[in-house]
Amino acid sequence: MMMILGIPAPLLFGQLMLGVVNGAFYALLSLGLAIIFGMLNIVNFAHGALFMLGAFTSWGLLNYAGIGYWWALLLAPLIVGAFGVVLERLFISKLYKLDHLYGLLLTFGIALILEGLVRNYYGSSGLPYRIPAELQGAQDLGFMIMPNYRGWVVLAALVMCLITWIVIEKTSIGAKLRAATENAPLVQSFGINVPRMITLTYGAGVALAAFAGVLAAPIYSVNPGMGANFIIVVFAVVVIGGMGSILGSIITGFGLGIVEGLTRVFYPEGSATVIFVVMVIVLLARPAGLFGRAH
Amino acid sequence: MMGFSRPQNIAFWVMVAAIMIAPAILYPVFLMKVMCFALFACAFNLLIGYVGLGSFGHAAFFGMGAYITAHTAKVWGLTPELAILAGGTVAAGLGLVFGWLAIRRQGIYFAMITLALAQMNYFLCTQWEFTGGEDGIQGVPRGYLFGIISLKSDLAMYGVVAVIFVAGFLLIHRIVHSPFGQVLKAIRENEPRATSLGYRVDDYKLMVFVLSAAIAGIAGGLKSLVFGIATLTDVNFPMSGEVILMALLGGMGTIFGPVVGAAIVIAMQNYLAPFGAWVTVTQGVVFVVCVLAFRRGLVGELAARRRLSL
Repeated sequence: MMMILGIPAPLLFGQLMLGVVNGAFYALLSLGLAIIFGMLNIVNFAHGALFMLGAFTSWGLLNYAGIGYWWALLLAPLIVGAFGVVLERLFISKLYKLDHLYGLLLTFGIALILEGLVRNYYGSSGLPYRIPAELQGAQDLGFMIMPNYRGWVVLAALVMCLITWIVIEKTSIGAKLRAATENAPLVQSFGINVPRMITLTYGAGVALAAFAGVLAAPIYSVNPGMGANFIIVVFAVVVIGGMGSILGSIITGFGLGIVEGLTRVFYPEGSATVIFVVMVIVLLARPAGLFGRAH
Repeated sequence: MMGFSRPQNIAFWVMVAAIMIAPAILYPVFLMKVMCFALFACAFNLLIGYVGLGSFGHAAFFGMGAYITAHTAKVWGLTPELAILAGGTVAAGLGLVFGWLAIRRQGIYFAMITLALAQMNYFLCTQWEFTGGEDGIQGVPRGYLFGIISLKSDLAMYGVVAVIFVAGFLLIHRIVHSPFGQVLKAIRENEPRATSLGYRVDDYKLMVFVLSAAIAGIAGGLKSLVFGIATLTDVNFPMSGEVILMALLGGMGTIFGPVVGAAIVIAMQNYLAPFGAWVTVTQGVVFVVCVLAFRRGLVGELAARRRLSL
């Protein structure tokens, strides 16, 4: 068996793979948070709950409507994204003139409601969601065995991140979005409907979270607390990367997933805390975050 | 008295009278729980209400206070007042570290950093041996106050909790209305201006953060003596959420608001307990309603309508 630094290679690469998969979720979630924060100036605490809702929606589509994984991958983000649009119109839009803190408090309340409701109807134990038939099995890569589904998750997350980056940086919609982030009144004076853009941005950010939720459904058991576990780590990721940069969110997300995976190999006791330790180091060395701009 | 305005003075004596009469009507353990959490909420309010620092990780200080008090009372055999003091001291130390890190960033980032640091503390608590992991520290003895007075009876314990709560409440009021407190309010209203007036804003923030952490730790320590238990629930994130809810519902930036908020939230938990997760849903709804409809909270609204300062 091949050994690297005294660790069997399959173990090392296996954990590294797990780290990259976690990193994919960190990247997708922190990307959504960054887009929403840029446009709405709100830190969406409900992001974890909406991620969970994405997973539950795919479970519901399968068990109530017989709609499988591939359609769920498209439909669940649309459904949850539409729900996000409703949330924004009904509640969040009332807060734009207030201190940022109220946005955090409101979305935290929404997260509690969503998690509480799901817990009431489906319990806390978690529901199974099968890996789609096409992605079952694993590939023997020689140095490690890679489950197909995990490879797919990383690939899908990367593609989604790339699409988001292209839309924001390279299209005219993205240009308007970036302009509105910098100076909304000016963009509005050109006749662009900024409030509608804000609403749709929230919907898109939420849809990203739901997309991540569908990807996560077969890996983690679908349970009401799955989002809450993620969101606090994602907040640390966001503090480390700064919310100013799209590419920064993606790189930080994947990078920290890998760091976490490696920690699980070399110092398992530290794997739950390593991202927070990195956050502390970054705060000491570069208080504005790795990709952040100092205010 | 103590720089209270007239309405505050009346409200204060009403509160003291209520504390003295209530055990005759209501279950003393429930009332002690309310007072522990009221003190916790007042400590949290000191930060968010008077300096504008929204900490989302206050469970760390409350829970650490509970663990240290429980450990020193049970394993080291300290008397209750020393055990509580130890809990408050360790919480203050933790507050010093958290505060020192978190004040490097402002606003929303401050909230996220305190949340992340508290979560790290939670994970450490699941691994440390002295916390007892999932079991927590159970069977903590209430002991003998000053080594003489037994706190075994609920009424004796009630007296201790009441005295510490009122003392903590007055201390916070004193801090807010001192020259130090005026600088804190200046920071809340306009931080750059406070800086330009020559105040070392970060020093003030750090000092009040440590004070708030210490009082939260004392509240946690008291709670662990009342119930004889300190567990992971005390350091976990939902506890931070609850204290935010108490301050928000009662009224952030009012002296009495957190007390009222704590009483309502604890009562809600008690009466809704049989309905399981509906407690969470109700709390979420209260959050949403408070933020959208009355941001000043119950006491804050009352004060604004009657043009009082409470």
